[in-house]
Amino acid sequence: MDDLATGKVIAVNGPIVKATGLRGIGMFDVAEVGSDRLMGEVIRLDKDVTIIQVYEDNTGMRPGDEVISHCRPLSVLLGPGLIGNIYDGIQRPLVGLCEMCGSYIRKGITISPLAVDRKWEFQPLADAGTEVRGGSLIGEVRESPLVLHRVLLPPGVSGTLTGIAPAGQYTIEEEVFTLDTGSGTYSGKLASYWPVRRPRPAGTRKKPSIPLITGQRIIDTFFPIARGGTAAIPGGFGTGKTMTQHALAKWCNADIIVYIGCGERGNEMTEVLTDFPRLIDERNGRPLIERTVMIANTSNMPVPAREVSIYTGVTIAEYYRDMGYGVAVMADSTSRWAEALRELASRLGDMPAEEGFPPYLGTRLAEFYERAGRVETLSGREGDITIIGAVSPPGGDFSEPVTQNTSRFVRCFWALDKTLADARHYPSISWIDSYTEYLSDIGQWWENLDNEWLSIRNELMNILVEDHRLQQVVKLVGSDALPPSEQYVLFCAETIKNVFLQQNSFDPHDKFCSPEKQLKLLHTLVCLYRRGLELVQAGLSVKDIAGLEVVSEIVRLKSEISNREIEKIDAYTLRLEQGLAALKIPTTGE
Amino acid sequence: MSAEIEYTTISGISGPLLFIDGVRGVGYGDIVEIRDSSGQIRTGQTLEVDEQRAVVQVYEGTSGLSVHGTRAVFVGKPMEIPVDRDMLGRVFDGLGRPIDGAPQVITDRVMNVNGMPINPWAREYPRDFIQTGISAIDGMNTLIRGQKLPIFSGSGMPHNRIAAQIARQAKILTAGEEFTVIFAAMGVNFDVARFFIDSLEESGVLTHSAMFLSLADSPSIERLVTPRIALTLAEYLAFEEGMHVLVILTDITNYCEALRELSSSRGEIPSRKGYPGYLYSDLATLYERAGRLKGCGGSITQIPILTMPSDDISHPVPDLTGYITEGQIVLERQLFNKGIYPPIAGLPSLSRLMKDGIGEGRTRQDHGHVAAQLFASYAKVKRIRELAAIVGEEELSELDKIYLKFGAAFEDVFLRQAYDEDRSIEQTLEIGWRVLSLLPGEELYRLTRDELQRYYLA
Ligand SMILES: Nc1ncnc2c1ncn2[C@@H]1O[C@H](COP(=O)(O)OP(=O)(O)OP(=O)(O)O)[C@@H](O)[C@H]1O
Ligand SMILES: [Mg+2]
Repeated sequence: MDDLATGKVIAVNGPIVKATGLRGIGMFDVAEVGSDRLMGEVIRLDKDVTIIQVYEDNTGMRPGDEVISHCRPLSVLLGPGLIGNIYDGIQRPLVGLCEMCGSYIRKGITISPLAVDRKWEFQPLADAGTEVRGGSLIGEVRESPLVLHRVLLPPGVSGTLTGIAPAGQYTIEEEVFTLDTGSGTYSGKLASYWPVRRPRPAGTRKKPSIPLITGQRIIDTFFPIARGGTAAIPGGFGTGKTMTQHALAKWCNADIIVYIGCGERGNEMTEVLTDFPRLIDERNGRPLIERTVMIANTSNMPVPAREVSIYTGVTIAEYYRDMGYGVAVMADSTSRWAEALRELASRLGDMPAEEGFPPYLGTRLAEFYERAGRVETLSGREGDITIIGAVSPPGGDFSEPVTQNTSRFVRCFWALDKTLADARHYPSISWIDSYTEYLSDIGQWWENLDNEWLSIRNELMNILVEDHRLQQVVKLVGSDALPPSEQYVLFCAETIKNVFLQQNSFDPHDKFCSPEKQLKLLHTLVCLYRRGLELVQAGLSVKDIAGLEVVSEIVRLKSEISNREIEKIDAYTLRLEQGLAALKIPTTGE
Repeated sequence: MSAEIEYTTISGISGPLLFIDGVRGVGYGDIVEIRDSSGQIRTGQTLEVDEQRAVVQVYEGTSGLSVHGTRAVFVGKPMEIPVDRDMLGRVFDGLGRPIDGAPQVITDRVMNVNGMPINPWAREYPRDFIQTGISAIDGMNTLIRGQKLPIFSGSGMPHNRIAAQIARQAKILTAGEEFTVIFAAMGVNFDVARFFIDSLEESGVLTHSAMFLSLADSPSIERLVTPRIALTLAEYLAFEEGMHVLVILTDITNYCEALRELSSSRGEIPSRKGYPGYLYSDLATLYERAGRLKGCGGSITQIPILTMPSDDISHPVPDLTGYITEGQIVLERQLFNKGIYPPIAGLPSLSRLMKDGIGEGRTRQDHGHVAAQLFASYAKVKRIRELAAIVGEEELSELDKIYLKFGAAFEDVFLRQAYDEDRSIEQTLEIGWRVLSLLPGEELYRLTRDELQRYYLA
């Protein structure tokens, strides 16, 4: 089956290499180029000329250098051992690279993505003689204390199980089952390859109806995302995209996290690597690293590998989805991916569309986000992939092509606001420019917890929108010129921002806010608004209410009360009610 | 390898580019020695090569080169420089050749100027606080050892003084450890270089500093190599000799202009404002060379300086820089015009590594909250000032007037300090509390009750 094609380099323009003579090579096949046998991928075929993008630093490559290819598409190796690992864009393990060649990433090094000598405890779960097809469960491996790795027959393979290994210790290279496919024998192992650019097939798509709980109040309450959904976080530099992605990767309730650092900072990946083994997930008491796979192709690593890194990441996500897990993919930043696309397109001489980006930018983005979703897997389980992509618009201007194209394909848009970030109001997600299309899909989940959820949420949202409108007036005339009830709206909006929207990722209690705690705080706020407004309408001044001691205390509830003792919030709400009730309404004429 | 072939087949010259025909065995990135008709040697690098032709960028520029009489030899390797401790105390040109009259440094150790990407796994997350003695930095935008923290400035503003003050005062905290400054000038005039030489000399750092000067009168293309040479020496000193290196790169805007020039002469499709689409990736190959490595004592801290054309922070150079660096110190024209030194803008400045480098056991427990409160309150001041400009100050509420007082004190007492004033972090926090105490306690909700009890001056 293995065809070997050989050819010669005829031109080198940065990472784009032209070669001739490679007979039988196909699009997206892997090629090894030059004496260092650098890994590349065929990205275009033009008569006898093959155009290859090289994934490693190719300085020194020259016309005449040899190119060989086994005519196999660029693939990732999927199997136990992915969890807790960190890879570059083409799935080379960074730990292994470091052990082999030190602190710097050198070129021309090939190393297996998964440990080949590690033994895994395999538990067979299928009997010889049964008919199996793509997605059928063969057995299990305990990959990490949090992840039970289901060994499934890869999609596209089917036949009769002719043999299965007994329970025991196996490496990823040992045969654990055999199949009679009708046309031959298939030798099954714990790991298998899958082409990165081809989505793994799944069964029917399901409607997303469960929220991904992130513990971030502005997201969960105001702009929720469903499991299986898509979201973009656009924002200028320093507005908090990475921090939001980190917060979600840490605290969201997905089973598996795939974190893709795509063209961003090295130190940010180091931060994940140092934090995640130490941070403990409250839900299961285990370190976060035990559910996390990382892809790091930082800004200074080869650009073509950046382009492929998001596919590497999402393919791994699909692999775990197929086992029946909920996977959350963080891609930081999709703009750097788009820029890689632009750079390669420009070296290929493609006609640019907007701002130099190739005309197929939109299609590529759509294809990527399309790999999210909640599905019935081939094995009949339910799995989902949620994709959350950061977008880094030049100059913070959302009208640029990547933000615009992305907003066409995502259903959740968490727009970061520079003014908020400057005032150190974090997360600086704008409550005016953000939106979600999942509210009605997941509303029922919240209503099951509290049937007032939607009405309170909408009531508070309206206050924020009204505040935004009034602020335009205030800018011109000051707030004293407004009628008391409108002044009270301003006051409540300010309180909502400080009590609820603003959330400190570094505070031990505030970094994650459980849905129950969010509900408690919502009730406190809505009580302040409803009761207070009545009083103001009856003639009380906003100052009287703002002056209540308990009002200044509720600002600190989020950081003083942990998720385990939220009943304490009730006491404050009660004191607030009592405090408000005790305020004297001036009688008219006085 | 075959004997070196001398090519005379120059088929064209365009901008900094030389086109050489009929080349064989030339590698992408190879260094070229170019001899012009007068016998002068220049250095070039191969940008693109196919079976007929090589495209070479000439670092000394192409002025005076002609199609006839120019000879080129491909050296067959990427650009390298010798590195050694003895380079400290020396001054070099933009291509690393001594210009201080002393001889070339003799060493066997040569390194590729392009460096290699650091494996994120091999990095040590930076968290050691550097006290610069400048309140606006230490208190609100803390510099961390191994950080890349640029200064975004505008023409005429005192970015050089601030960088020099940091270089001078930061060293005090690292007493006992080896500290060194590497200075790379790109397209600035000699006065700027002179200023740094003098101020490093005054503070006694000059003897263990190295200067790489590609001044305004050097060919612009040379600027593309200068920072790489400086960073290569920095990497050697930090990661092989265990030193703490502060690298000052000025002016990044000039560097980017050189890149734009090169890109346009190659006929590449421009992205914003004519800069090439790969400006981000290119800048990253400079900035990402800052940091720390596991198991190495040393560090590279970078302070790139850039001038924002028309003070526009959304210009591609500051914008893409901000997307790569770990924060930014932004200088503000308004403060500068008010005569405040250092005119460090209160809101857009940011240090991303601050969060892990401060607090209990590092600086002081309340540091993070004090900073957050200063930012939040000052943001409010800015809003109230806007309002006051419209309705008049008299029309403001009592509370708003208090905020204006706080704002003035913040700028005058906290931000403002002398060029030679070296404040300890305790002093900075103390001043921070002093100005915050002008505000009523209820307004300070970023601070905990305990902190208020302890530090608030009623
Ligand atoms: N939720 C948060 N809580 C506390 N601080 C935050 C939060 N979000 C952001 N910050 C602060 O803002 C800084 C910048 O955030 P972040 O690195 O996430 O920005 P970014 O949008 O990813 O920027 P870039 O595009 O340059 O990567 C952080 O270093 C941190 O100091
Ligand atoms: Mg970021």
